[in-house]
Amino acid sequence: MNNWVVAPMLIPLFTAVLLIFLNKRLRLQRWISLISVMLNAAAAVFLMIQVRTGGIQTLNMSGWAPPYGIVLVADMFAVLLVLAASIVSACCLLYSFRGIDEDREKHYFYPLVHFMLAGVNGSFLTGDLFNLFVCFELMLMSSYALIVLGGTKRQFRETLHYILINVLSSTLFVASVAYLYGATGTLNLAHLSLRIAESGQSGPITAVAALLLVVFSVKAGLFLFFWLPGSYGAPPAAISALFGALLTKVGMYALIRVFTLVFYHETSVTHTLIGLMGIATIVLGGFGAVSQTNVNRILGYNVIASIGFISLALAVSNEDALKGAVFYLVHDMIVKALLFLLAGILVAETGTERINRMGGALIHSPLLGWMFLAASLAVVGVPPLSGFPGKLLILQGSLEEGRYVIAAAGVLLSLLLLYSLIKIFILGFWGEPRHPREAHWKQPRKLLLSSAPLMLLIVLLGLFAEPVMPYMQRAADILNEPSIYIQAVLKE
Amino acid sequence: MPKGSDIFLQNVSKVVVFIILAFALYLFFTGHGSPGGGFIAGLMSAGALLLLALAYDIETVRKVLPVDFKLVTASGLLIALLTGAGALFFGKPFLKHAFGHFELPLLGETELHTALIFDLGVYLAVVGVTMTILLTIGEDR
Repeated sequence: MNNWVVAPMLIPLFTAVLLIFLNKRLRLQRWISLISVMLNAAAAVFLMIQVRTGGIQTLNMSGWAPPYGIVLVADMFAVLLVLAASIVSACCLLYSFRGIDEDREKHYFYPLVHFMLAGVNGSFLTGDLFNLFVCFELMLMSSYALIVLGGTKRQFRETLHYILINVLSSTLFVASVAYLYGATGTLNLAHLSLRIAESGQSGPITAVAALLLVVFSVKAGLFLFFWLPGSYGAPPAAISALFGALLTKVGMYALIRVFTLVFYHETSVTHTLIGLMGIATIVLGGFGAVSQTNVNRILGYNVIASIGFISLALAVSNEDALKGAVFYLVHDMIVKALLFLLAGILVAETGTERINRMGGALIHSPLLGWMFLAASLAVVGVPPLSGFPGKLLILQGSLEEGRYVIAAAGVLLSLLLLYSLIKIFILGFWGEPRHPREAHWKQPRKLLLSSAPLMLLIVLLGLFAEPVMPYMQRAADILNEPSIYIQAVLKE
Repeated sequence: MPKGSDIFLQNVSKVVVFIILAFALYLFFTGHGSPGGGFIAGLMSAGALLLLALAYDIETVRKVLPVDFKLVTASGLLIALLTGAGALFFGKPFLKHAFGHFELPLLGETELHTALIFDLGVYLAVVGVTMTILLTIGEDR
């Protein structure tokens, strides 16, 4: 029992409730928000140290032992993602102090963000499938409100798509949870894994696994992503950044967790399917990104294509690939948030989302331009930056298994994404300024400051990949060897 | 519906609202151990207020209960969270409950339970959310 495990969920919840009372006092709200997220990051670091020295930490909620009660499990994988999520949300909040209009702030923007964070962290930490559903819902409910906040025509249209598709997939989620409970009699992930290992993964259970694959794929934007580019482009940049960095990654986390811990017996069916979906996602998402001329849509397709890439690692599922997946997931959270924030500044300053109407932004704000280029190179995986180690490991893993098609898809991804992002850079930053509104370019310095920590992190994570690697290794070990997780949860 | 347009509904609901609220109170206290609890009691109370809003109008409900229901929701959540977090200070797992038997003046020996406080939080949150939804939709004509 370790009560610290609940902290990353409890802190945002408390803050959210507190902020509802302080609705009118914006300045106070901002400070409390920021302090809370930093506390959260500190709690995540503390938890990480505990996990490193003492192994997996668990907390049986209200003292009910698993498999009967609900258990929270902090393993290295979950804790790493909680930490990354806290850092990313701290930067997005900093950005939103200036990047979001007061009207939105007054309509419960900060409480909603914290409710969403509670859902995100809860999804990472939970060890129970139904509890995972609850945390997903908490996260989605807040995201519904965040995406429509402000109420422009475009937001209403996209929110409708977003809510419909998510309600549908949540229904499927509950249905598959019910099937699984009917078939195995438990919903605790560790116990579920044990039961399925004992009785064998029969046909019906594999079918339920496929259903869960569909559910998580919708949330992650893996293959079933048609709703994503539009919805993520509709709200202001700070919210898009949070969505692009966190929401799809939670879906991806759930996929990795469930398909390495519970349904790892029939890999020829499920993991092949994941691989095929991943390749399709890369091709469709990559070409989607190349074909668009709207900055936000390009980034939306970038999110999708990266999800496809991470799912390739899950399809290969050997040691190197999974280690790479953990690394890449952390990197992707940070870099996607950074890209959305930088693009937000670009759009706000040029006054258009279409890249062929921009131009010459480099003259106005060189720093913004070079940061954007660096972030693009990190996405693609150019060596000194953080995209490289993860990508290398995943490619290495797939080559070890002789999965050449998968490796080729991974390389194709880099090319397509590079093209799509450099297109933004060339059309947006190079050339003559089309909008000679010098006076208008005053904001970026402070907004840029909020994305600087993310930039720094990308560089550091790339340069010091070696000292970070043991943590990724620890995370991947548990994914490789489900018995470690099972023992940690069920021993007590 | 303008005020005074349906005398039957108005007079019946004057009585019925209190019956519903009393039943909600019963459900709330019986919830620990038998069917009932904060959630259903909250819905029931919101139902009573809804009846009031239908028989008279939303303004009347606002006059009877001049509170911001969004804050009611928040207080409910705060109470529930604090009860859950209380366990942390005693080195117990999060959400762990505690109870004891007390000698109370009118009731004799009574079992008091921290789960009841948690339930109170749930009750307030449910009433707050339901009423916020109803009033928002009701106003939006």
